[in-house]
Amino acid sequence: MDLFWSSLGPMLLGAVKGTIPLALASFAIGLVLALLVAMLRISRSRIANGVGRFYVSVIRGTPLLVQLFVIFYGLPAVGVKLDPWPSAIIAFSINVGGYAAEVIRAAILSVPQGQWEAGHMIGMSRGQTLLRIILPQAARVSVPPLSNTFISLVKDTSLASLILVTEMFRVAQQVAAFSQEFMLLYLEAALIYWVICLVLSTAQTQLEKRLDRYVAH
Amino acid sequence: MSPTEPVLQVRGLSKSFGANTVLRGIDLDVPRGKVVALIGPSGSGKTTILRSLNGLETPDAGSVTVGARGTSADGAAGAAGGPGSEGGTGVEPVLPALTLDFGAKVTPREVAALRDRSAMVFQHYNLFPHLTVLQNVIEGPVRVQKRPRAEVVAEAEKLLDRVGLLEKKDAHPFELSGGQQQRVGIVRALALKPQLLLFDEPTSALDPELVDDVLEVIKELAEEGWTMVIVTHELAFARQTADEVVFMAGGVVVERGPASQVLRNPQEERTQAFVRRLLHEI
Ligand SMILES: Nc1ncnc2c1ncn2[C@@H]1O[C@H](COP(=O)(O)OP(=O)(O)O)[C@@H](O)[C@H]1O
Ligand SMILES: [Mg+2]
Repeated sequence: MDLFWSSLGPMLLGAVKGTIPLALASFAIGLVLALLVAMLRISRSRIANGVGRFYVSVIRGTPLLVQLFVIFYGLPAVGVKLDPWPSAIIAFSINVGGYAAEVIRAAILSVPQGQWEAGHMIGMSRGQTLLRIILPQAARVSVPPLSNTFISLVKDTSLASLILVTEMFRVAQQVAAFSQEFMLLYLEAALIYWVICLVLSTAQTQLEKRLDRYVAH
Repeated sequence: MSPTEPVLQVRGLSKSFGANTVLRGIDLDVPRGKVVALIGPSGSGKTTILRSLNGLETPDAGSVTVGARGTSADGAAGAAGGPGSEGGTGVEPVLPALTLDFGAKVTPREVAALRDRSAMVFQHYNLFPHLTVLQNVIEGPVRVQKRPRAEVVAEAEKLLDRVGLLEKKDAHPFELSGGQQQRVGIVRALALKPQLLLFDEPTSALDPELVDDVLEVIKELAEEGWTMVIVTHELAFARQTADEVVFMAGGVVVERGPASQVLRNPQEERTQAFVRRLLHEI
């Protein structure tokens, strides 16, 4: 049990300095990407639509681990050598972008057509209507699926240990290799991920409540 | 501009959706301060006409002209009473006449200009659910027309007070009854200071006991001198409020004339059948 407590400090540090910032940064960048891709997907241009569709298809059709390896181990072959951290953030952002784009697109399409028309009626352009009328309503619909995306991302950051990012799971691996207490250390890692996800689920519920203020029940 | 010169002049409006021809050369004139009721069976193209007048639909052919307002040649625009002269604090924006020719390519700028001149009240209200009542009303004037916020808010509150909803200004639409939502929809349209108000079956989504409050508001607007096109199945209301009734079916105007004549003594067989059926339903 001593080992549990003595390893808890370094692992939590790994979570605070690795797992959490990695997840937050990737999610933020990923959401921006997703919004752009969602715009491509709902645009009237065939080409834009095709580009968006291709991106989503590639990202969702290939393993995240392979995406990570292509960027970290593959790109140097074409002269692009990135450190572990930037590689991880790029890979995770692009990955989130692919999944969240479909969530955002579906959320935008779920807003009734009459809202676009009312926006146009009061004189707004397509862009203005999207920003001020449609997206705020789509945001409410996207919170549950985007929360799931974020929670998955937090757990997926453990894959970054394989490209040498010092996040929580890499700390667990190092302590486990040193002490040979694999069961204890990996269960401890599992426990920490679980607690983080519980906290996130609670935050999600709160956010949904806040956004529900203007919706009938 | 003479008082009888049309605010709205529609010529030869035609529209097909694929193989389905919905409008077959519609002509419509609405003089300043007059009310035209558009009646007809479901699917006859009434909504498509209104949407075309608000740039929400692009007809295949025909033209829409909206007369000038507030130019030097037309000092009577405000004095003619009604639109803006009662609740408004400021002078209405000056607008030159506008013609959209749908036979040629219509530019987004022309569509925007058309929207500037007309405002629509939707059958299903289409209020913005994430905004409060007041925000719903001021969004267009503040964000799009870029008018001073304080002035717009003062006007909006006056308008909301008129329809008995001032105390609801900070409520969200879901907290209101259908009748209240539709009155907000009307105020949202009025706040845009349009030359032309378009109503698409404003009461047909309402529970029967909520219909009268909304119709009452529209009647008052008519008396105040707003220029309006109203699609409605409320024949009693049309008879009391409309200066002209236009009966259409299958994408053409079948009969038009003073409300009393078309509704009490229709000449065309199709009009007779339609009016009889509606009256019996009630
Ligand atoms: N966006 C659209 N696409 C295809 N068909 C449409 C569209 N809008 C209307 N229509 C068709 O046009 C016809 C007239 O519709 P509408 O103008 O709504 O009639 P009304 O309001 O008189 O009931 C209907 O047959 C309807 O199905
Ligand atoms: Mg209709």
